[in-house]
Amino acid sequence: MDRRTFIKNAGVAAIASTGPWYLKSGLTQSGPIRIGLLAPLTGVVASGGREIVEGFNLYWDRNGKKAGGREVQIIVEDDASNPDTALQKARRLVEQSKAHFLIGNLLANTGLAVAEYVKGNGVPYFIPVIAADDLTQRKRIPNVIRVAGYTASQMPRPLADYSFKKKGYRKIVTISQDYTFGHEQCGGFSQVFTELGGTIVAQHWHPLNTQDFSPYLAQIQGANPDAVFAMETGADATRLIQQWANFGLKGKIPLLGAQNTSDQSVIRTLGAEAEGILSSAHFAEGTDNPVTRKFVAEYERAYSKLPSLYGFSHYSGALWLAQALEAVKGNVEDRAKFLDAVRKTELTNSPLGATVKLDAYGNPVYDISIREVQKRPDGRFWNVPVASYPQVSQFWTYKPEEYLKQPPYSRTFQGIKKA
Amino acid sequence: MNMTLFQILNGLTFAALLFVVASGFTLIFGLMRIVNLAHGALYLLGGYFALAVATKTGSFTLAVLGAAAGIAVVGFIIDRALLVFVKGFDLRQVLLTLGLALAMNDLALVIWGGDTFSVPTPEWLRGPLRYGEMAYPKYRLFVLAVGIAVFAGLWLLLNRTRLGALIRAGVDDAEIVDAMGVDIKRVFVFTFMLGAALAGLGGALGGAFLSLYPTADSEILVFSLAVVIIGGRGSLAGAAIGSLLVAMLANFGQVWFPELAYFVIFGPMALLLAFRPLGLFGKAA
Amino acid sequence: MMTPARRFAYSLAGLVALAAVPTLFPGYHTSLATEMLIFAVLAMSIDILAGYAGRTPLCHGAIFGVATYVVLYYVTVEQGNPWVAVGLGILAATLTAVVFALLAIRTSGVYFLLLTLALGMVVWGVCNRWTSVTGGENGLRGTVRPEWLADQADLYYFVLAATSAAALGMWRFVNSPFGLTLRGIRESEPRMRTLGYNVPLHLFIGFVVSGFFAGVAGALYAFFNSFVSPSTVALAQSVEGLLMAIVGGVGTLFGGLVGAFLIIALENVVSSWTERWSMVLGLMFVFTMIFAPEGVLGKVRAVLGRRARPIPPRNS
Repeated sequence: MDRRTFIKNAGVAAIASTGPWYLKSGLTQSGPIRIGLLAPLTGVVASGGREIVEGFNLYWDRNGKKAGGREVQIIVEDDASNPDTALQKARRLVEQSKAHFLIGNLLANTGLAVAEYVKGNGVPYFIPVIAADDLTQRKRIPNVIRVAGYTASQMPRPLADYSFKKKGYRKIVTISQDYTFGHEQCGGFSQVFTELGGTIVAQHWHPLNTQDFSPYLAQIQGANPDAVFAMETGADATRLIQQWANFGLKGKIPLLGAQNTSDQSVIRTLGAEAEGILSSAHFAEGTDNPVTRKFVAEYERAYSKLPSLYGFSHYSGALWLAQALEAVKGNVEDRAKFLDAVRKTELTNSPLGATVKLDAYGNPVYDISIREVQKRPDGRFWNVPVASYPQVSQFWTYKPEEYLKQPPYSRTFQGIKKA
Repeated sequence: MNMTLFQILNGLTFAALLFVVASGFTLIFGLMRIVNLAHGALYLLGGYFALAVATKTGSFTLAVLGAAAGIAVVGFIIDRALLVFVKGFDLRQVLLTLGLALAMNDLALVIWGGDTFSVPTPEWLRGPLRYGEMAYPKYRLFVLAVGIAVFAGLWLLLNRTRLGALIRAGVDDAEIVDAMGVDIKRVFVFTFMLGAALAGLGGALGGAFLSLYPTADSEILVFSLAVVIIGGRGSLAGAAIGSLLVAMLANFGQVWFPELAYFVIFGPMALLLAFRPLGLFGKAA
Repeated sequence: MMTPARRFAYSLAGLVALAAVPTLFPGYHTSLATEMLIFAVLAMSIDILAGYAGRTPLCHGAIFGVATYVVLYYVTVEQGNPWVAVGLGILAATLTAVVFALLAIRTSGVYFLLLTLALGMVVWGVCNRWTSVTGGENGLRGTVRPEWLADQADLYYFVLAATSAAALGMWRFVNSPFGLTLRGIRESEPRMRTLGYNVPLHLFIGFVVSGFFAGVAGALYAFFNSFVSPSTVALAQSVEGLLMAIVGGVGTLFGGLVGAFLIIALENVVSSWTERWSMVLGLMFVFTMIFAPEGVLGKVRAVLGRRARPIPPRNS
């Protein structure tokens, strides 16, 4: 075979191989509803990503893959815990797989990349886990809705209140991963705590994937605070909790955590080191409420593990979307109507056992529990509520217009009220 | 507790772990001139092996030894089944191991998933050792002890045995050794297995206090590279000093210059490579 | 025999085929093709150094990404003109290459690889931590393309034109007397030195030119992606670029085009069926190194008996 024939054959083969996809395109009103689910299935937050897919699928598997009279097709893409990949996959989902809307992502930077992309083309994008504050505050995008989600600063505020008023802590050190999610969580905590009269003695920021916390633990020991608020996710959370115990700090200084720090996905591979950590979140897998218990049992039956926030959030997200899809009778092509239905949805059958709805800015309002990591009779650990704060929005007790005047939380702005 | 003493201990104990891993890397690089970029993946696999053994048998000792032995076998396979095809081509070897690292990392993800695991330690190694006002984790001190033991063991091997003499000769000049009629091939295979075993041992040890998760392999690889570049190819003393330097830099860098993180390690490494590629104790290839 | 006339004919045919892409494969495939062209330029720039000068680098992803960052920064933060941004981006990438070259020229082989790896990581570290400028983990985002390139097909044609120009430039470079000297250096440095050539200077210029073109690719990427983050400058980017150059055929220049096409197409296919793209990529590396280190075009050339391939030097 000479060169020309070779090239010609190769060309034909190449074109032929792309043929099937080329023919696959085409939107039809009566065809299935195509949902693009983005999750980090590889990379540093792979375990959380897996649970996003599991939680989402649990709903559809149990309720049949249909909504609003149409079949539902879920197309899963891996964002590899990486914003460039997330963007690439979002493009593929929208332009090649013709997804009607997108949902998912875990890391804030991946979510922001996808949000920017959909800003340009109006595709609806739902973010049950992406908690970047500004997406429902100063930088709202009309087609990005935080379905069944929360903002980073929304969750820790009740904990700050509880720490001051109920636990009597006055001096706190924060330690956190150094990125937006961490800044916002610590900011939310610090602002409330200092406004009540407490002091943030020191704040430690460490890069994601810090293997060795010993430098920080040494400084914390030196500062001897009343308690420490630790904002960690994934492997960092596991390591911090373990090293905390190994360095003898457990039992000496109380450990408060962000909801991710003591999330089920972290504590299920740990032991007694995690016991006693307090955190605050809308969901606690140990809640003694029949609706929650049923959900937890179902989840355990399906995946042989207790649900984490990631699994729960996406299950709720699926619930929410299914309800909205019913409301528009499956007409997901009319984006404006669909988005409107999503915004107006009031989730009555949430595993939380309470109705959830969005505030005027597109973020849900929740009853938040103060949770404690406790040991079950079977030896496993889970989060059990010990107190409750009703109807906490992303703005806490502040007036939204007033709150939005202050800058977004960052490393340099933590809302700390000077004494 | 005296903060500086605390930080120094942190640096020392991390250096011990680094040494265990990097000594394997430098032996392979030194003797066989192979930059084994899959070394980090071997570490990670070693950690997971140890986890599996420990969970099955409940014995930490078995887990650690099992990991070392298991990864030695993996090393054997890599050397005999893959690297043999690219003998003599330095760059191809490096790139092959790079590809292996990617594949092994993904394989680990498939088998063990993305959750973060820790190798379970025996009761007597948990918690802190208290001395008056001070409290320091027992396990980290254990790692320090193991690091010193490994150094002693390797030193004896290299300086007091015939095999060690062959290895050192081979590091200096592999062709002459070959020409002297010694079956250098067996020495090579043994060295590769030893290097791999050290990586596996490192993974088992590290897996208990630094935990195991999908990107642990590239992180430890990066540190090992820095150690070997700074310490010099094929030098045990270089690996020891290099480990101390890198660990101290990483530790104190984290405290004093958290902004600069990687800079603190890669900066010196890049400069050394540019101006003194042989490192502190290395010999010309 | 590849006469200039035949070469021109093939190139023209190739261009015509490529120009037909938006019509034949609109939508997503056009943007995929755009991406292929951009990475082809990156892979070819790596080949200048790896294939022609005999120095295999693992830093070109960083150089590429520096251009992307500068373009995005200038347009989204400084509200500047996109074309000025492109110029600045390419300039920044070239300067980065200058710095890298100054440090790396004295090394070769594996040490060169490791040094460029470390330098690339330094750049990654900076992009990751210098949050006030680079946006840190979040990166920088915003539309940087000028209005008239907003349409996918229009962007494709623009990138095609730019890629052709870049490819032509690189082709002329490696076939110029200077390029031939580089090849001589790859074959045998001592010989070139005894012949009186200033080897370090040649390598330095080769590196910088290679960096220049990597910068061109990076600037185009900014237009294409409208987003940049530390992963754009990460080691993985350099590794993928190198793999494209190798799979296509190191030392053939246009192997970069083939490699980019193959790898991106493969990634697209593989990741629709499985999450195991990383493993596939890794295994590709392994198999290429064992069975086809000369790459696709290298093998094609060998099979066609064209231009006896020189025995690769011991250190490649």
